[in-house]
Amino acid sequence: MTTQATLTKAELANELFEKLGLNKREAKDMVESFFEEIRAALEQGDVVKLSGFGNFQLRDKSQRPGRNPKTGEEMPISARRVVIFHASQKMKSQIETIDAGSIAQQ
Amino acid sequence: MTKSELIDRLAARHPHLLATDGELAVKTILDLMVDTLMAGRRIEIRGFGSFSLSWRPPRVGRNPKTGDRVEVGGKFVPHFKAGKELRDRVDGVGNKMAESPKD
Repeated sequence: MTTQATLTKAELANELFEKLGLNKREAKDMVESFFEEIRAALEQGDVVKLSGFGNFQLRDKSQRPGRNPKTGEEMPISARRVVIFHASQKMKSQIETIDAGSIAQQ
Repeated sequence: MTKSELIDRLAARHPHLLATDGELAVKTILDLMVDTLMAGRRIEIRGFGSFSLSWRPPRVGRNPKTGDRVEVGGKFVPHFKAGKELRDRVDGVGNKMAESPKD
């Protein structure tokens, strides 16, 4: 499998196929279930803590004033619940070691 | 939900697989995601969200104890943006849509 600039579910499934020996169908289903279980937990209002990776948390935002960027018209942004991700200290310190020169600026 | 609870739920969903496969799958997926970011690549999972790196430029900070100026080098930090399906489900939009269909 050729490596693309962006990691997608297809490449994750391919990794499970190669490293775990799951067949292609099982690998694809496992990747799908992995993300679905996280979505389902968050949908239930449950925080998701993946040690060594990070935490997915929920924040309730109250209504605030906003604008339609096209028309400039003022309209309130409704109260909503949003997901926020906090990378673990381990991941943050790993990522800090990346040499800026080694990466084309995104 | 913790990592071990996630592993249990995946095992329950995939009863035909070995008990160890769920644990290995979670580890393998998370490892590849971290390795990908370390290589300066993005992660894009349709319906879930995307992970990318943001650049924090170098700045002059202060040692909070002594007040001395210290150069803080530039660094990358991980960033997550929730995808539409995740955003909508967390906000209960699925239910709201059913009450007042639009688009």
